[in-house]
Amino acid sequence: MMNKQFHTITSTCIPIAIDNCNTDLIIPARYLASTTRDPQFFGDAFMHDLRYDASGNAVHDFVMNKNEFSEAPNEGVHEIIVAGKNWGSGSSREHAAWAIAGYGVRVVISSSFADIHRNNLLNCFVLPVIVSPAFQQQLFESIAAQPQTQVRVDLPAQTVTNLSTGSSEHFDINGYKKYCLMNGLDDIDFLLKNVGTLPPAPPLYGGE
Amino acid sequence: MNTLFDKIWDAHVVQDIPDGPTQLYIDRLYMHEVTSPQAFDTLRDKGIKVLRPRQIFAMPDHNIPSALPTENEKIKVENEKCISLSIDDEKGRKQVDTLKRNCAEFGITHFDMGTQDNGIIHVVGPEKGLSLPGMTIVCGDSHTSTHGAVGALAMGIGTSEVAQVLASQCILQQKPKTMRINIEGTLAKGVTAKDVALYIMAQMGTGGATGYAVEYAGSAIRSMSMEGRLTLSNLSIEMGSRAGLIAPDEMTFAYLKGREYAPKGAAWDKAVAQWQQLYSGPDAVFDKEVTYRAEDIAPRITYGTNPGAGIAIDECIPSLSAASEGVASAADLAYMDFKPGQKLEGLPVDYAFLGACTNGRIEDFRAFASIVKGRTKAPGVVAWLVPGSWAVRQQIIDEGIDKILEEAGFELRLPSCSACLAMNADKVPAGKLCISTSNRNFVGRQGPGARTILASPLTVAAAAVTGVITDPRKFIV
Ligand code: SF4
Repeated sequence: MMNKQFHTITSTCIPIAIDNCNTDLIIPARYLASTTRDPQFFGDAFMHDLRYDASGNAVHDFVMNKNEFSEAPNEGVHEIIVAGKNWGSGSSREHAAWAIAGYGVRVVISSSFADIHRNNLLNCFVLPVIVSPAFQQQLFESIAAQPQTQVRVDLPAQTVTNLSTGSSEHFDINGYKKYCLMNGLDDIDFLLKNVGTLPPAPPLYGGE
Repeated sequence: MNTLFDKIWDAHVVQDIPDGPTQLYIDRLYMHEVTSPQAFDTLRDKGIKVLRPRQIFAMPDHNIPSALPTENEKIKVENEKCISLSIDDEKGRKQVDTLKRNCAEFGITHFDMGTQDNGIIHVVGPEKGLSLPGMTIVCGDSHTSTHGAVGALAMGIGTSEVAQVLASQCILQQKPKTMRINIEGTLAKGVTAKDVALYIMAQMGTGGATGYAVEYAGSAIRSMSMEGRLTLSNLSIEMGSRAGLIAPDEMTFAYLKGREYAPKGAAWDKAVAQWQQLYSGPDAVFDKEVTYRAEDIAPRITYGTNPGAGIAIDECIPSLSAASEGVASAADLAYMDFKPGQKLEGLPVDYAFLGACTNGRIEDFRAFASIVKGRTKAPGVVAWLVPGSWAVRQQIIDEGIDKILEEAGFELRLPSCSACLAMNADKVPAGKLCISTSNRNFVGRQGPGARTILASPLTVAAAAVTGVITDPRKFIV
């Protein structure tokens, strides 16, 4: 959906310190009843029911509505989310990743991600970065003390750095996915190239 | 090594990409209306066809209304075995229409709404014999883990991956670690597969099995019915595991034999011979193994806003500090309007929901009926009883369970995902408390502001006739 090449990003962050934040919170079910791929539509739905109350008014004490964090992501600003542990648990809805990408976020940093959501983020060219709980905690603290705290995510070097403390961690990503992200390539293109080498379908399971 | 999971995985590896994921062959793709439109768009954008449409089955379920048909439509049910349903919500209708159109365009078998073939995918797949042992099965839906109960490797995937399977019959996956969860012993009366799953989640948390493919084993699993196994596998994702496998055995074969899409005659015998090889060998090595005693498990209810925040029905809500980390926060409890130390037994409920891909099968309706038989629905409770498929509904009628339900003041609705998630007309109003057999008690899951307590069909039935949260063991002789 969003083919963007990924290299190094230095940006301020939005801290969403919710543990086990599930995909129903990231995007409520009613936004799934769409057939569109419009990034704006999904971006507006991101964290909707925490951002807005039932009458559609902004919930002022929710982090994304606070002055320091309300600016929409753009170059160097709020392109990174620092999230609580087990981010994206629950449903497989890729709409949750579309919401994050549609909002303009390029990186989500957490100490753990739900498996399906993590794959979905990668397929939407959003980089999930897994850090240690201590690093995550320190990031939350840096941002609380200084909302302008910048973080640098260097995909080629596979490092994430809290620029306010200078502390840095290595993060894992397999070489294949790294290549795809750095070159803006889709899995589907890779798979299509390999279709010719597939074995025939087993007759038992619906093959010819 | 040499686990059930490894056997199925290894048989489906097309290639291991160096320093990358595995290209895995997929035997079966299921599709529903919510997570598929954008996948078909990807194919159209790229100008490609579906590679192996015969291995793909689609049906709408999330948006389908469960309300009973009008008198006119009822006549159609009997005459044509098919009814015309209408979806009031324009977007929902569009999704359902889009799925039908896409399937026609790409040559995919489609079980249309209102027909006898339709139902919730995770109920229909096993019951039609479309989900078979040894298969790799995927669907753009996290509860695809359900199908693992027949001895398959079944996983939820995202929409981009749905497009990948449409185009190439493969996905790229990082091989998960393996975990075996043993349940040893005999479950007490009134304790069901649902309670087992809620118990495991409370022990390990909703992220406890993240990164693992889980196999369920042990004597309590071996003696569990297929319906029970499907319920347990269904809930694997709520522990963070994408897959929940159970080795196929005589119970599995008896369940599958004669089903519409299961192999027949000599092919059946050959298949069973193959399927009998699908088990974790005595030398199998798991990355993690845990064992629970069946006797420790009581009927369970949840009190928070994730399925791991649960207690035995006669326990009190733990204090915030005692609750294991991340299970229920002060905010969760505030949403539920509960307090630490509170006992939930005896608390009035507003809604009772029997259904969903977790507990929408025939055994669940039998269990519910066993408690409400000869009793009456509590006046204040709104009850939605929603079969998981048209076949389940038919069996309910054939067994006369509908009569028992009717006499007790309940109404049997039409197959749908219904009140499991707020995408169709069945929404629990804000602030109302619903005791539900579904799988998620997330904030707003059953409707904005709705409060959900997850429980087994027996526990939901006990609440539906008493109007308050009630230990179902009181009704079991
Ligand atoms: S019943 Fe609920 S969990 Fe199951 S497929 Fe439908 S919406 Fe998803």
